[in-house]
Amino acid sequence: MISVKNIIKKYGSKEVLKNLSVDFPDGKTTVILGPSGSGKSTLLRSLDLLVRPESGTLSFGDLKLDYAQPVSKKLSFDVRKKTSMVFQNWNLFPNLTVLQNITTAPETVLGKSKEETEAKAKKLLSQVGLAEYADRYPSQLSGGQQQRISICRALAMDPEYILLDEPTSALDPELENQVLLILEDLSKMGQAMIIVTHNMEFARSVADKIVFVEDGDILFDGTPDQFFNHSTTRIKDFLSGITFNDDAK
Amino acid sequence: MWHIIITSLPAMLTAMIQYTIPLAVVSFIFGLILAVLTALIKFIEPSENKLIKYPWLVLRAIANFYVWLFRSTPLLVQLFIIFFGLPSAGIQLSPFIAAVIGFSLNTGAYASETIRSALLSVPQDQWDAAFTLNFTTRQTLTKIVLPQAVRIALPPLSNSFIGLVKDTSLASSITILEMFQVSQQITAKNFEPLLMYSLAAFLYAVICSLLTLLQHYLERRTSKYVKGSEA
Ligand SMILES: Nc1ncnc2c1ncn2[C@@H]1O[C@H](COP(=O)(O)OP(=O)(O)O)[C@@H](O)[C@H]1O
Ligand SMILES: [Mg+2]
Repeated sequence: MISVKNIIKKYGSKEVLKNLSVDFPDGKTTVILGPSGSGKSTLLRSLDLLVRPESGTLSFGDLKLDYAQPVSKKLSFDVRKKTSMVFQNWNLFPNLTVLQNITTAPETVLGKSKEETEAKAKKLLSQVGLAEYADRYPSQLSGGQQQRISICRALAMDPEYILLDEPTSALDPELENQVLLILEDLSKMGQAMIIVTHNMEFARSVADKIVFVEDGDILFDGTPDQFFNHSTTRIKDFLSGITFNDDAK
Repeated sequence: MWHIIITSLPAMLTAMIQYTIPLAVVSFIFGLILAVLTALIKFIEPSENKLIKYPWLVLRAIANFYVWLFRSTPLLVQLFIIFFGLPSAGIQLSPFIAAVIGFSLNTGAYASETIRSALLSVPQDQWDAAFTLNFTTRQTLTKIVLPQAVRIALPPLSNSFIGLVKDTSLASSITILEMFQVSQQITAKNFEPLLMYSLAAFLYAVICSLLTLLQHYLERRTSKYVKGSEA
């Protein structure tokens, strides 16, 4: 389990995470919802140490980390080894082929052999339906294809958790679906994931747990059923706001 | 006319092969090494470890001073100081060595800014993606950032190289028998300044055009992953 306690993150004088505590259970899919600017990305990036909160603690299985203290290279490595991030704009490496995008990290970082990483990369690519694109460059592919490849890149590191920050927000609806189906499969297979999304239908179908963030704090932490069917006025407003926006399209 | 050209061409070509090209190539290689080091010293943020941090900041101050000094003084003056000035301080250099030092330091100062801005132009997103995969800073630089920066830096670096080839003509003023100096000497004998200097100009243009072709080839090689380039 990942559990963060009392994290405070400031940008200048602005408190973006306000003494926030939350757990992310093993082998489950946690969906983080909330209005934009509420601190979802900051929270997610704190788990992977791309953002350093001023204070708070992270406990990750047997790893313990105090954000207020200097973090050793070893600890940072161990935390990142258990997590892999998937970004809104996928951030593939444009100078590497699709295959190299997936194999470079396990080869360079984990010291695995080329044969092993390539075999695994090809298997992952065929699972996401992109086996024949191994030797292309990212710029030659659509956004949806690139995002599926970035999921393969994350999986190739055998992370305990995959952290996904609005993985489909930059995609057209048809392309979005291909990515969502893959995430649903992973979720069913018991891959632990933490997903920030604005897609309520997807959240409802994939989440084991919902965390609702507003203004740097957790407003709701519970099951999808509670969230969608029995929640507070504020969350009903949020949900109807989203629904209203969808209707307006 | 052809007679004059044909009789002076061997001396001109000899000067080109003996001095102009070696000066440019050797100085550019040293300049580039210096430029990469200077750019990295300015670009990389040192870790918090005090044993690394303070020496690094000193190095960075030296790098800043160096770039400032060589960008804010004329190349010809730099060459004069190195060749005619340093002997007064007890440092006697052969003309060729003095020229290589001057051209390398000058090229290094300009090229370091080119390389640094190319490094800065690789988005932070690329670093984030590499760090989440547990790449170290060094691995991120060598595998991800430098290859992208090279593509961006190639056209301006080619400009620097072409500029350097032409600037080697300044070495004539510190007694090096490079191509322009030779054309001056021949002119002194045959009184054909228009013809001789045009011939020198033509030969510089030939070298620079060949370099431009090389640049285009390298640009294609390093851009094969960019959208729209056929590879
Ligand atoms: N690097 C940064 N510098 C300054 N402010 C930032 C930075 N990153 C995020 N913020 C601010 O922090 C708040 C939370 O941002 P973020 O975590 O990205 O929200 P969300 O992902 O929920 O949209 C926002 O007000 C945003 O403007
Ligand atoms: Mg966000």
